[in-house]
Amino acid sequence: MNHSTLKRFAIGLLAWVIAFIIFFPIFWMVLTGFKTEVDAVSDPSLIFTPTLDSYAEVQQRADYFKFAWNSVIVSFGSTILALLIAIPSAYSMAFMPTKRTKGTLLWMLSTKMLPPVGVLVPIYLLFRDTGLLDTRTGLVIVYTLMNLPIVVWMLYTFFKDLPRDILEAGRMDGASTLQEVLYLLMPLTLPGIASTGLLSVILSWNEAFWSLNLTTSQAAPLTAYIASFSSPEGLFWAKLSAASTMAIAPILVFGWLTQKQMVRGLTFGAVK
Amino acid sequence: MKLSYALPLAGMVAFSCFAAAAETVTVATVNNNDMVIMQRLSDAFEKSHPDIDLEWVVLEENVLRQRLTTDIATHGGQFDVMTIGTYEAPIWAQRGWLTPIADLPADYKPDDLLKPVIDGLSYKDQPYALPFYAESSMMYYRKDLFDKAGIEMTDQPTWDEVHDWAAKLNDPDHGVAGICLRGKPGWGENMAFVTTLVNTYGGRWFDMDWKPEIDSRAWHEAINFYVDLLKNYGPAGASSNGFNENLALFSRGNCAMWVDATSAAGKLYNPKESKVADKLGFAPAPVAATPKGSHWLWSWALAIPSSSDAKDAAGEFITWATSQDYIKMVGEKEGWTSVPPGTRESTYANEKYQEAAPFADFVLDAIRDADPTDSTLKPSPYTGVQYAGIPEFQAIGTQVGQMIAAALTGQMSVDQALGSAQRATQRTMERAGYIK
Amino acid sequence: MNKPRAAGRTVGGLRPLALQAPAVTLLFLWMIVPLAMTVWFSLQRYNLLMPTMAGFAGLENYEYLFTDPALWTSMINTLLLVGWVLVITVVGGTLLAVLFQQEFFGRGIARVLVISPFFVMPTVSALVWKNLMMHPANGIFAWIAQLFGTQPVDWFSSLPLTSIVMIVAWQWLPFALLILLTAIQSLDEDQVEAARMDGAGPIAIFFFITLPHLKRAISVVIMIEMIFLLTVFAEIFVTTSGGPGLATTNLAYLIYIRALLDFDVGMASAGGVVAIILANIVAIFLVRLVARNLED
Repeated sequence: MNHSTLKRFAIGLLAWVIAFIIFFPIFWMVLTGFKTEVDAVSDPSLIFTPTLDSYAEVQQRADYFKFAWNSVIVSFGSTILALLIAIPSAYSMAFMPTKRTKGTLLWMLSTKMLPPVGVLVPIYLLFRDTGLLDTRTGLVIVYTLMNLPIVVWMLYTFFKDLPRDILEAGRMDGASTLQEVLYLLMPLTLPGIASTGLLSVILSWNEAFWSLNLTTSQAAPLTAYIASFSSPEGLFWAKLSAASTMAIAPILVFGWLTQKQMVRGLTFGAVK
Repeated sequence: MKLSYALPLAGMVAFSCFAAAAETVTVATVNNNDMVIMQRLSDAFEKSHPDIDLEWVVLEENVLRQRLTTDIATHGGQFDVMTIGTYEAPIWAQRGWLTPIADLPADYKPDDLLKPVIDGLSYKDQPYALPFYAESSMMYYRKDLFDKAGIEMTDQPTWDEVHDWAAKLNDPDHGVAGICLRGKPGWGENMAFVTTLVNTYGGRWFDMDWKPEIDSRAWHEAINFYVDLLKNYGPAGASSNGFNENLALFSRGNCAMWVDATSAAGKLYNPKESKVADKLGFAPAPVAATPKGSHWLWSWALAIPSSSDAKDAAGEFITWATSQDYIKMVGEKEGWTSVPPGTRESTYANEKYQEAAPFADFVLDAIRDADPTDSTLKPSPYTGVQYAGIPEFQAIGTQVGQMIAAALTGQMSVDQALGSAQRATQRTMERAGYIK
Repeated sequence: MNKPRAAGRTVGGLRPLALQAPAVTLLFLWMIVPLAMTVWFSLQRYNLLMPTMAGFAGLENYEYLFTDPALWTSMINTLLLVGWVLVITVVGGTLLAVLFQQEFFGRGIARVLVISPFFVMPTVSALVWKNLMMHPANGIFAWIAQLFGTQPVDWFSSLPLTSIVMIVAWQWLPFALLILLTAIQSLDEDQVEAARMDGAGPIAIFFFITLPHLKRAISVVIMIEMIFLLTVFAEIFVTTSGGPGLATTNLAYLIYIRALLDFDVGMASAGGVVAIILANIVAIFLVRLVARNLED
């Protein structure tokens, strides 16, 4: 074995060890979901008889698919809405900046730093009076607004990095703003828009404050599902792990499948 | 504002339900075992009441409490049945947030309900919730370990005795702690236990002018005792153990003694859930200076918020879930140790229950004996054994609970902890206008 | 900022305004309606549990808040939490980015594993860490400690803030890695090669070529993470409930105590206003610095 393959082997080994350590809690959670409650609290072991009992019991207590469907609708719905609103405004900020553009952007981002719990009561009253409590529409609105600052800001950085001559050429040909956005800007920045959207989906899926407090049963997403399995009486590790595995599985797989896309989009803009 | 909350839900229900006549009842409850059984058995209810659909919202206790309070205080109208405790019932009833319980059907037998329990759920003698299960507190111990150490349990143990026993029984090398007690901060967790300890040491939360007495001598004695006991003879990580954690520890055989809710007895006596079912002994909660307030009284109950739009259907449900028939059904389907305890005389008169649950009479006496209106040595202006029945107590209890947990982990001394607890409580009481 | 711009584009500022209008208006409403309500409530005596005690309170809520010793503790905790997590994720993320940039067997899969924690919802990751990893009796860490014959650490009572930092950093390290890995891929290989020819070692290359190249990406990481770290809540709620004592109470959690345990809307609103002010102070210091990096 020569020097450079040895070095490569060492690097690979180190990287794999680190990857395994970081991934371990997720791995262990998935494994625990297939154990019996007694095995789950016994000394850690990789050898056990796998069982689907915990999954069956969890499913019997709460219909996973109803919660999962709400999560899908709400996170994708809010992402699409946020993109529709954000694209024109990020476009104008990037290409027709005024003196206030930077200030506006910073201000938008700072709105995200207000702890949501501080405004729960006002929002709850507002939702009650508009009939939005426990509706997916209500949740979509909240998430859209919650993610809008990040979405606008990310799109802005993507747009700003576009070569201007392309747009100039388009204008020479007499393209309207709408055409400019649709035919020039969109195709060029599609990877950026996609990765912004992916981030927004992930953030919405994992949001656990508004979803718990503004929904009851009809619109409750997976974060509410988890809240019914956390710290109950008796032995619960296996059931909790099974429920958790089901709650994160869709978004984890989604993340795995789209991570290349996300990386491609990010390379394009913000971090080039 | 009045018009708005009638509109949306009513409209949605009417359009979305296939069976147009069915009424939806949204039930919010805690994820405790007894409630999980209720949810499982509720199919029977829906079969006998085809015009009622049940929607379940099952959450862990902290989340549920916060969710329900937000909704009921803002008249959100999201729930038709709420699971609340002895603490909430009178406070919420006073504010007109709950529907009074009236016109109970004859076969419900309201007189069968245990008096202290239904009294705890009443405001001005009018009940506002029906008890689902109720509990007091008592001491569990391991007979085998007591025998081995040659210790004789007394009829009414004192805390000093318990201290000596804990020292003898503590055996960390074999994974057995001398005593397990609640340490997890929270007004319903460590403070429920600590308050009974303070009571029996002769302390109280407030004097008759609502001045907090947390820096009094009784509190110092009680908390020093508690911290010393748990630090020396408690299990590792005692400050994160609540009821559930201790239940798991005791049923796995990791504790020699445990003072906690009587509702744990059924689980500990069930050999399927507990390794110590055949070695279990029980005794009254220990006392110190006074027997007053040495064991608590709590019940989980079902109530109908006044903002519900399906009050009649909700009434049907709560009378079903707290009825004699329901208790019988759980006994037959899930086993008699699993029935919701502490609510009805008839449960304790039932031979099958007595046979399956040798602790039955004992629990009944503890519940009958607990008096929330007279639980402190010196008179106090509040009701409640393990809490003070004022709206501010949730926050006060939780804050003080944090301080005591800090004393337990050694992050603060007992003096510091009680000092800052006293100051924080004083501030809260001044702010709420109790102290001018 | 003096890049070429087509003439006549901004006449009257009408078009940019029309385009920015939807997002800005919505955000403005989202920000201003709750903000206005928050400011209004912060001047009121308003407790959900005490409907009879209502009315104008002036600055009473603020007075109470600022004399509350818990406020200062929680601010320090907030800054400690944000600071430590930022340090861990940025330093760790940079080192890992360099590592995972190398060619090795199964790199694609290893990368996927490493970024996974970012997709896990905060409640779930807190529950998993609390019950499966850090539990003093059944956790993996306790088991490892026993293997080595040492006393297991009771994480949440003896090292509360450290435990929270660990959990939060575990969630955000993958995010930093993802962004920095992306950025490092656009590093000019020729430049690195040239430096190597000149005799620069790997450490010199890292400090003089890689790190400056990552400056902008690091700014992005700091900025986005800061937004989320200032309002960390679920991890604390699930594991320590802010304790023992006040050891893990950050500003978001303190406001939670006021708003949803006290149901003191007036006080919680005052806390919210303070949080906004704190956020903006931080924003002025840090975001400005970051934003300047972003301009180039």
